[in-house]
Amino acid sequence: MMSLLEVKNLQVRVEEREILHGLTLTVNTGEIHAIMGPNGSGKSTLSHVIAGKPGYEVTGGEILFKGEDLLEMAPDERAAKGVFLAFQYPVEIPGVATMTFLRTALNAQRKARGESEYSTPDFLKKVREVAKSLNIPQDMLKRGVNVGFSGGEKKRNEVLQMALFEPSLCILDEMDSGLDIDALRIAADGVNALRSPDRAMVVITHYQRLLNYIVPDVVHVMSRGRVVKSGGKDLALELEESGYAQFDDAA
Amino acid sequence: MAAVQETVDRVRRIDVDQYRYGFETVIESEKAPKGLSEDTVRYISAKKNEPAWMLEWRLEAYRRWLTMTEPQWARVDYPKIDYQDLYYYSAPKPKKQLASLDEIDPEILKTYEKLGIPLREVAVLEGVVKPEGEGAPSGRRVAVDAVFDSVSVATTFKEELKKAGVIFMPISEAIREHPEMVKKYLGSVVPTSDNYFATLNSAVFSDGSFVYVPPGVRCPMELSTYFRINERNTGQFERTLIIADKGAYVSYLEGCTAPQRDENQLHAAVVELVAHDDAEIKYSTVQNWYPGNSEGVGGIYNFVTKRGDCRGNNSKISWTQVETGSAITWKYPSCILRGDNSRGEFYSIAISNGFQQVDSGTKMIHLGKNTTSRIISKGIAAGRSQNTYRGLVTAHRKASGARNFTACDSLLIGDKCGAHTVPYIEAKNSSATFEHEATTSKISEDVLFYCIQRGLSQEEAVGLVVNGFVKDVLQQLPMEFAVEAQKLISISLEGSVG
Repeated sequence: MMSLLEVKNLQVRVEEREILHGLTLTVNTGEIHAIMGPNGSGKSTLSHVIAGKPGYEVTGGEILFKGEDLLEMAPDERAAKGVFLAFQYPVEIPGVATMTFLRTALNAQRKARGESEYSTPDFLKKVREVAKSLNIPQDMLKRGVNVGFSGGEKKRNEVLQMALFEPSLCILDEMDSGLDIDALRIAADGVNALRSPDRAMVVITHYQRLLNYIVPDVVHVMSRGRVVKSGGKDLALELEESGYAQFDDAA
Repeated sequence: MAAVQETVDRVRRIDVDQYRYGFETVIESEKAPKGLSEDTVRYISAKKNEPAWMLEWRLEAYRRWLTMTEPQWARVDYPKIDYQDLYYYSAPKPKKQLASLDEIDPEILKTYEKLGIPLREVAVLEGVVKPEGEGAPSGRRVAVDAVFDSVSVATTFKEELKKAGVIFMPISEAIREHPEMVKKYLGSVVPTSDNYFATLNSAVFSDGSFVYVPPGVRCPMELSTYFRINERNTGQFERTLIIADKGAYVSYLEGCTAPQRDENQLHAAVVELVAHDDAEIKYSTVQNWYPGNSEGVGGIYNFVTKRGDCRGNNSKISWTQVETGSAITWKYPSCILRGDNSRGEFYSIAISNGFQQVDSGTKMIHLGKNTTSRIISKGIAAGRSQNTYRGLVTAHRKASGARNFTACDSLLIGDKCGAHTVPYIEAKNSSATFEHEATTSKISEDVLFYCIQRGLSQEEAVGLVVNGFVKDVLQQLPMEFAVEAQKLISISLEGSVG
């Protein structure tokens, strides 16, 4: 089994304050990892740094993606290489039809990889298929990206993109936030449909609830900028019982 | 056919002279002496072979101009113009001929590539003389035959227009061939005394277009199409006059997306539109004059007076503009809503980057009953530019039931630019309904990162977001231009972030 993502002793600062103090994490293809932890433990920072969001200063350690130095790559390059971040709060882009956005992004990625662009009919066929499976109506695709979308629709739109772009690493940042139980189930079903031996997922969440729907292979607990404990899916249940407080002392 | 036509369009549009001179024998290359005097005006009039009344009209304007002062109220800043240090007339010169594409500035080539203009067309546009011989790198051949195509296409168009009774010719020709009409309408919307730059234009205008659409005629083609083929170098003081007679319709497009340079820094055009009863005129502009270099040196000063007169009842005039070029833009395409139930529209995208200064907007002057107007303005400021919307909406005492809707949105990119909105609203009739909405927003880092995380480059992301912002206005452009304009918008904002 090949290591898809190797985070080694990662240290990250934001405005002079160190958030990650030597974080280490290895994710293999085909695996689903859950990262749990209290607010402020650095979960979202980790996802942003992997995706290349500006504003974070890496002061030590490294991130290898498919054996290559990820930190050397521009964020759009990372996307083309197969890094996908499903945002906690997907942004709205008024005036840009979702369909246009999807095609522009997909073709940008394909172009960066030296692949041919999708023809319009092929693209439409593909989008319609995926949209249908996610219960996304056609008229939603004509609306501006996420404009006026409900919380559930926004998250489904993230999963739609994940399905279209076929990334090898999906990072789901607090996918359950703001979703009711039905919306959560639809989104989780979409994610589960994308489970594949060629793909890994990192699911970031506060709550065990999400992990009932997206069942992880490995669970990590983060506290104060480090992974303090790793285990199987039962670890999540254990946490639900005992809370995060125990790790504060350990950290 | 479509592809050929497009080639032809572009050929004619930008580098017309070279080909024109291939077919015409008269080549005048001399310049009028530097400076402005009655003699200069006489010289220009003589060059154009004008009748005495036209010269008199120009001279009157010139004398008026001497008594006027340059307007200072716009939010633009430029060194004092020495009007005696300018040339007011020079016959257009053919472009320097190049032996191969390799001689074209790589930066310019890159721009063409981004606009999606094929290389062989670029070669024609940039004046590469001959196709390269065998063994030239693939895709680097030059379609010189496009020139011959263009002649036949232009002729076909000319015949079609003639059949419909539409008059479309350079204004210099119209002055000689249709003097009654020119006398009747020229200066009737923008009088010679109107403003400093319009008065200057009246004295020294070089050339421009004249359009007359007879009663009940719907102009059989977008005059843009024809215009792109037939545009000639009109010089720095362009003068356009368009008349739609009762029940007529015409759509006209000026300018182009390809970068335009000119050795003359000062441009002062005048455009007059007249719509009679039930007539409609749609006037679209894409302006991409040289904006100056990255330090803000050089660039065109574009001082334009554009005005439409909805003279008849139920008439309509619609302005659409995409302004991306020029160092300074001073431009307020306006509508006088004289006829009852007449309608004026103004759709604008004004983009400023680098050190550009834009002061643009519109005037909607409601005089007739139940007149309506709509203003949609999208200003985008990047770099160290200043972008001002300045608009006037006014209802005359007799303009009962006048209605206006205005939406002004500004988008800021970066923190060294400025966007300003200066609306003037006057209602002298209590039944008038005026609505004004304005927003200013900054392009957010989160939105950009979202796009980039999906694989778009920084520049593509900015282009996408901005094109979404201006979508309502882009939709007003003739189809053929909307796509090019969209690309142009992205290009104009290159280097504006990060």
